[in-house]
Amino acid sequence: MTQQPIIEVRGVTKVYQVGVEIVHALRGVDLTVHAGEMVAIMGSSGSGKSTLMNTLGCLDRPTAGTYHLSGREVSGLDAAELSQIRNEQIGFVFQSFELLPRLTALENVELPLLYARGKGWGWARERRKLAEEALQRVGLGQRMDHRPNQLSGGQKQRVAIARALIAKPRILMADEPTGNLDTVTTEEILKLFEQIHQDGQTVLMVTHENDVAAHCQRVVRLRDGLVLSDLPAEQDPAVGPLVPAIRSAA
Amino acid sequence: MLNPLFYYENVVLALRQIWANKLRSILTALGIIVGVASTTAVIAALTGLKTKVLAEFETFGAARLYVWPSRPEGVPRNLFPWEKIRLKAPEAFALRDQCTSLKGLTPISETSLSVQSEAETLEGVSVSGIWPAWHATENRQVIMGRPFSQLDIDNARQVCLVNDLAVRDLQLPADPVGTHLIIGGRRFLIVGVVETITERMTGFNTISAELFIPHPLMEKFMDRDFFMRFVALANSPAEADDARAEITRVLRKVRGLTPGDPDTFRVQAIDQFIDQFKSIASGITAVAGGIVGISLLVGGIGIMNIMLVSVSERTREIGLRKAVGATPTAILLQFLLEAVTLCLVGGLVGVLIGQGFAFAVSQIPGAKLENASVPAWAVALAFVFSAGVGVVFGMFPAIKASRLDPIEALRHE
Ligand SMILES: Nc1ncnc2c1ncn2[C@@H]1O[C@H](COP(=O)(O)OP(=O)(O)O)[C@@H](O)[C@H]1O
Ligand SMILES: [Mg+2]
Repeated sequence: MTQQPIIEVRGVTKVYQVGVEIVHALRGVDLTVHAGEMVAIMGSSGSGKSTLMNTLGCLDRPTAGTYHLSGREVSGLDAAELSQIRNEQIGFVFQSFELLPRLTALENVELPLLYARGKGWGWARERRKLAEEALQRVGLGQRMDHRPNQLSGGQKQRVAIARALIAKPRILMADEPTGNLDTVTTEEILKLFEQIHQDGQTVLMVTHENDVAAHCQRVVRLRDGLVLSDLPAEQDPAVGPLVPAIRSAA
Repeated sequence: MLNPLFYYENVVLALRQIWANKLRSILTALGIIVGVASTTAVIAALTGLKTKVLAEFETFGAARLYVWPSRPEGVPRNLFPWEKIRLKAPEAFALRDQCTSLKGLTPISETSLSVQSEAETLEGVSVSGIWPAWHATENRQVIMGRPFSQLDIDNARQVCLVNDLAVRDLQLPADPVGTHLIIGGRRFLIVGVVETITERMTGFNTISAELFIPHPLMEKFMDRDFFMRFVALANSPAEADDARAEITRVLRKVRGLTPGDPDTFRVQAIDQFIDQFKSIASGITAVAGGIVGISLLVGGIGIMNIMLVSVSERTREIGLRKAVGATPTAILLQFLLEAVTLCLVGGLVGVLIGQGFAFAVSQIPGAKLENASVPAWAVALAFVFSAGVGVVFGMFPAIKASRLDPIEALRHE
């Protein structure tokens, strides 16, 4: 691809210090994601998936390394600048939904637009319309005025996805979005992600389940804070259908 | 980000937050409510009193002057024995006859005596000795019978005036003119009835029975060197200052004071009383201000406490808001506006309660406070102070919220 990548990460490390103990969550990750891709990030628990996602999502800064988002170096930006980037370029879906309990579904979806810059009084109405559209898109047109405690887990995650999409981000990131859902609902949510991807949305998803990753075209595997493999899904040893062939070739 | 919509929405959000935690909000804002309510009420009462008193001053005009004995300061007491400085009847005559700037003058002496009517005997009834000019200086006309005349004074006639409360308390006939009273063992003919004046200048006088007799007769009831003061009325308010100077000059001459001698009396015009009253009023206002200061401080600490609780309860919310793009400034403003809104709601409730008090106070009969109302500046000040408390005491929790790390906040349980 000649196009400029959305995400270009080189040698990213993340070191946590807990008391006297030093944890190397990321030890030098390289990763490039282009527009239109749907990438699964996999790995065992503690391999650094969430840390990488938080870094890519500009929620956290790397200890070292470079991170170009849409061509702009973002690893040295301050909290306010990172907020603006999250607001405008990134949609984040969390495992635990993270809906605000006192707000309706519609208001939850609207939330990112509250922090959009340079808007006037008319924005309030415009915003509402966008939120309604987003909710319709995730199939919750009938639940707009429900509060989170009146929604099922799958519905909550749909609201969260609508919220992540409302600002038309360049990239949609989801950290184990189906981790709190049963298998049937998981399938529905993954179908929704696929649908969104087919509409042209770049998607980055953390999972540790192979059948979830099977919905993606590309699988990045982490181990101990390093990229173990980065392959098209059909070539991934655990995900793709050609598993034995790859294994024997390796 | 700093568009008006953002502020508006955060205020709405804060109101929802307050509404969702009604009881907690009320308890938190109690300090502010009580402070604002009590101060508003005090200011309202004071304002009412002030308008009333000033209005009274107005109707009398600034033409009234008071004269009373006063020992000069910083000189040995024995040089100025009471006999030398007390006002005396001849001095009243001299002032009345020689001061061209005066319309009238009366000496006034008061005592309390036992009074007996046909139906009733009362002890300790207020009896004042006056001249006819008293009707003008005190602005008290007769409602029945006749006022005192100069002949009553000159001949020391045993006549008296009663107020309508005396008519009631002594169980006199409805029209008592022509009946008799035994005052201090002497028989007086009632010649007139005067109104009971509940609002007197500076006095917080109790409303009770009053009798008035010609001033010369006071000697019969008093010690030889009894106390008297003079009340005079200048020709016009504009002449009050001249009148004051003239009284001083004439009285000094009568007393044989030479230019180096200090005054042995004081003359004060009504505007000086107004100044005095105003300074007392502002003193009370200052005390009320102190009360509000303390209660706002207490209220502010309550606000800070609850905002810290709120920040900690809503850590995840803060993390989520940050994750979807809220800048530290946006979070800071959200919590600051919440604190300010809470304080302003408290201030509003306080002002309303204060208004209620003001209304209640204005309904108390005889309290002279029917004009009590909360002035606009006090309302404005209450809101400014409330908002100020919100900003000052909400700042620390808001800064704390704004500095939270989004990841850590989202991990918070
Ligand atoms: N805030 C933190 N402080 C200290 N250590 C952390 C922190 N976040 C993650 N880690 C450590 O970093 C490593 C990677 O964690 P994480 O990225 O959450 O893994 P995963 O999401 O793949 O399970 C783990 O060893 C974890 O204990
Ligand atoms: Mg994780």
